[in-house]
Order: sequence, then C-alpha cells, then structure tokens
Amino acid sequence: MSYIQIQNVWKEYGDQIVLERINAQVKKGDFITIVGASGCGKTTFLKMLLGTESPSRGAILLEGQPIPAEPSEQRGIVFQRYSVFPHMTVLKNVMLARELERSPLLGKLFGRARRQVQEEATDLLLRVGLGHALKKYPHELSGGMQQRLALAQSLIRKPAILLLDEPFGALDPGIRADMHGLVLDLWKQHQLTIFMITHDLKEGFSLGTRLWVFDKVRLDPQAPNAFGARVTYDIPVGQADRSLYQKIDRQLEAQPLRFELPQGVLP
Amino acid sequence: MKKFINLHPNKSARWFLGILPFALLLVLYLTASGARLAENPNDKLLPAFTTIGESVYRLAFEANKRSGEILLWGDTASSLSRLAWGVGVSALAGLVFGVLNGAIPYVRANLSPLVTFLSLIPPMAILPILFIVFGLGELSQVMLIVIGITPFLIRDLQQRVLEIPAEQIIKAQTLGASTWQIMLRVILPQVLPRLIDAVRLSLGSAWLFLIAAEAIASTDGLGYRIFLVRRYLSMDVILPYVVWITLLAFLIDFALRKISLWSFPWFHTQTASNGKPA
Repeated sequence: MSYIQIQNVWKEYGDQIVLERINAQVKKGDFITIVGASGCGKTTFLKMLLGTESPSRGAILLEGQPIPAEPSEQRGIVFQRYSVFPHMTVLKNVMLARELERSPLLGKLFGRARRQVQEEATDLLLRVGLGHALKKYPHELSGGMQQRLALAQSLIRKPAILLLDEPFGALDPGIRADMHGLVLDLWKQHQLTIFMITHDLKEGFSLGTRLWVFDKVRLDPQAPNAFGARVTYDIPVGQADRSLYQKIDRQLEAQPLRFELPQGVLP
Repeated sequence: MKKFINLHPNKSARWFLGILPFALLLVLYLTASGARLAENPNDKLLPAFTTIGESVYRLAFEANKRSGEILLWGDTASSLSRLAWGVGVSALAGLVFGVLNGAIPYVRANLSPLVTFLSLIPPMAILPILFIVFGLGELSQVMLIVIGITPFLIRDLQQRVLEIPAEQIIKAQTLGASTWQIMLRVILPQVLPRLIDAVRLSLGSAWLFLIAAEAIASTDGLGYRIFLVRRYLSMDVILPYVVWITLLAFLIDFALRKISLWSFPWFHTQTASNGKPA
C-alpha cells in the first residue's frame, strides 16, 4: 500500500467545480512538484493535504487512514509569505516547535532544557546558512533568508511531509537556485515526502522526482467553472524530453486564450 | 518651483512653525488680559500671569489651612490613582476578551454582538445607575472609566488579532501548537504593542470620564477642584489646572510610546517598513 492515496477527490464550492477526479498514489520519499495555470486549484489541493480544506468527494489517505482535517505536526508548511513569526528572533522562531512540544502549559522552556533546544536549533540554522543571523528579527532578513528560516523552522520537529506553496515565488533567480540546492539537501537528509507548488515549469522539470500538471481537460466556454482541473500529466522527473516540456509550456501559456470562442461558431 | 505638496520644511523651520501658534496664543492672551485688567483691575476672567503664578505657588507649595494638605499634589495623586485603576482594569479586560474574541470563533460568536451593543451605550447616560449601584465613592468613578473605554479596547484588540495573517496560525499548528499555545506564544505577544497603541488612543476618553465623574461624585481630584472653584470664577486656578492635566496626559502618552519602542522593537520597525507611522 502506498504512503499517500488520493482516491477520486473532488472539490466544489457551490456550482464552481475546482478539482475533479484526482487519483494518485504517492510513495514515501517522493518529491512532487505541481504546476498549473493560476486559479486551477493547485493551492486548494495543497490545502487539502494540509488539512485546512477537505475534499467534497473522495478521500485522501495517509498510511491507510483519512488525513487529519486540521493542520498537525506531521505536515510542515512553507508559504510564499508570512511563514515566520515577526515577534521572535531567528533562533527563537526555530526553537518554538520544540518548546511547544516539551512545555504544553507555557510553550516556553527554561534552564538546561532550553539550552539543549537552543543547540539543536543553532545546528539546524547553521545547516541552512543562517548561523550569522541567530539574534536578528525576520524583518531584518532578505526574502531568501526568511524562506531559509521558514524551512528550518518547519523541519526541527521532523515532519514526514513537507508542503511548499510557491516558496520561492518572490525570490530573485540567483537566490532561487541556491534555495533549490538547499531543499534537495534537506529532502535527502530528513527523508521527507515533499509537495511543492511552483509557477516555474523549469523548476518542476529539474527539482524532485515527479511532476504533476493540473489542468482542465473539459472546458465549457459558456460556463468556465462547470468543470474542474485534473492531473493531466504525472511525469517522472529526468525522463521527460524537450518536446514534452515545450508542449506543457505551451499548454500552460495558452490557458487564457482557451476562454475565447472557437472561430466559426458565430456567423 | 516644486509643487507645494512636495516641499518639506527643514529642522529649524519645523521648530519655528510648530512653536508659532503657541506663541501667538500667548501674545493674544496677554494682550486681552492686559486690556481687561486696565479697564477693571479686579477682573477675574483673564488673570495676569503674576496672579496665576501666586495661585500656583499657593496650590503647589503651601499646605491648605483647613486640611493641612497641599492641594495640587493631593488632587493629582487622587486623580492619577483613579485613572490608573480605570485604565489598568480596562486594558486587562480588553486584552483578555480581545484575544479570546479574535482567536476563537465560538467565543467571538458568543461575545462579539454583546460587546458591540455595550460599546454603543453612552457611558455618561448610565452614570446615575453607577451612583445608585456603587454609591458616590471611588468605585463608581473608576467604574465609569472602565465602562467608558473597555468596549473600545476589546473591539480594537479583537480586530488586531483578526489581522494576524492566517498563515501564522496555520504554521503554528504545523509546529504542534495547541489552541492555548497559539494564543500564548503567537497571538498575545503580537497584540501587546497594539494594546499600548489602543490604550494611548483611549486615554483622551479616560480623562473625560475621570473629570466628569470627579465633578459630580468626588471630594478631591483635579476635576473636582476645577468644578469647585468655578463657583468663584477662579480662572487663576482653573487655567493652571487645565495646563497641568494636559501636561500629565502628554507625559503618560509619551511614556507609553517609549515603553512600546523599547519593549517591541520588531513591531515598530515592521510597521515603519510597511509605510505606516510607527
């Protein structure tokens, strides 16, 4: 049995169908990148994995059990923004998860227990390249540094699954390349199962083990919300050739045009 | 020539422009007072600065013949203690209920309509009820301040909690936080500087309710004194008292701002970088 099973998942908001008939099996240690036109339901799908949304039909199973319907420490998340706590220093941001775990009442550790967590957090921060910024507040860091911090913060409690919602969308290309290296390192070290949304198809083709493309297969120009998106491609990364890349690229770019009526329909 | 909207005064010009209206008011007062006193040396409406100075000396440095107390300091102590109690209790209630209302949908559904309703009652209108229930003592004066500003503080804090990005609350849960831990470690520390802001805004109302309560139901205090000497048209006492109250209000506001700057550096740099005034 696979680690995560996605069984015929639909998501609807009233008349609007966002996702339809999503079926997939995910192995432990898979690194899945998700691409798709904006508004096609990528983030909705990630939220269902996170537990802040639940499927309208179908089920997502984690090790055979329905995935918990609220966020938990099993599944870490890094958003594009607002992932770190502005009122805590870098070190305290990372220590937080351990403090919450070991001090249910105060959420704060003291004395030896605190020093131990401090060491663990410092270690992790050194590995993501933030050793020089332990005492700084997030607003004093650049965007790339903030995302490094968000990653370190998510990983200290060793989640099995890491969800990344366009984590590098706001970063410069050069910094983005650094971050790719970091994510791949962390993925191997922590044996994570990663789902990462990106709007950069190149990122999807180079990072991770599987690429999913979300797209609407059926489209009614009169009622664009009548049909939802499905997983139209599920490609092992590294085995796809150039022509497929170009084909998906064209498909994603062409998305807005498809809302126009085909020629010859009107007199 | 640049557009007027793009012209900024330099530092000395700012000082000059800031002080100018004060200087003009002073000159205006002195001229008017001089003119009235020239006509009638016993005029009480706009007393000369020497008269005011004598009164201030009498109030601030000489013990009152009847009570043996120095009036200005006694009044100040009574008023500040009422203000501190009223604002302190309100701030605590505002923090507790504001955080609960903002953080927990079930509490919000339960309490938010009530708080909105209470905030619309004009506090002065229920002052007689306070006198009936709590008597004409300290308690009803403090209660007027509490009833006057607590609903505002709760509503403001609730709003500030709701402005915390949902991503942070979700993130905390993925780090294993319980409801209680989220309130304690994520929400509470982030709304403390906002509580100080809200208290600063509510201090004006707090003074209003304090002076109103003292005018009606007290035997000492700054508000009591002003309303007492009004009977004798003692502008030489009223005017310095008003200046003193204004100064106290300014100092409290200044102190709160400094405390906030020192205690929550992350908050002020954050709001400054968002383009909002710190």
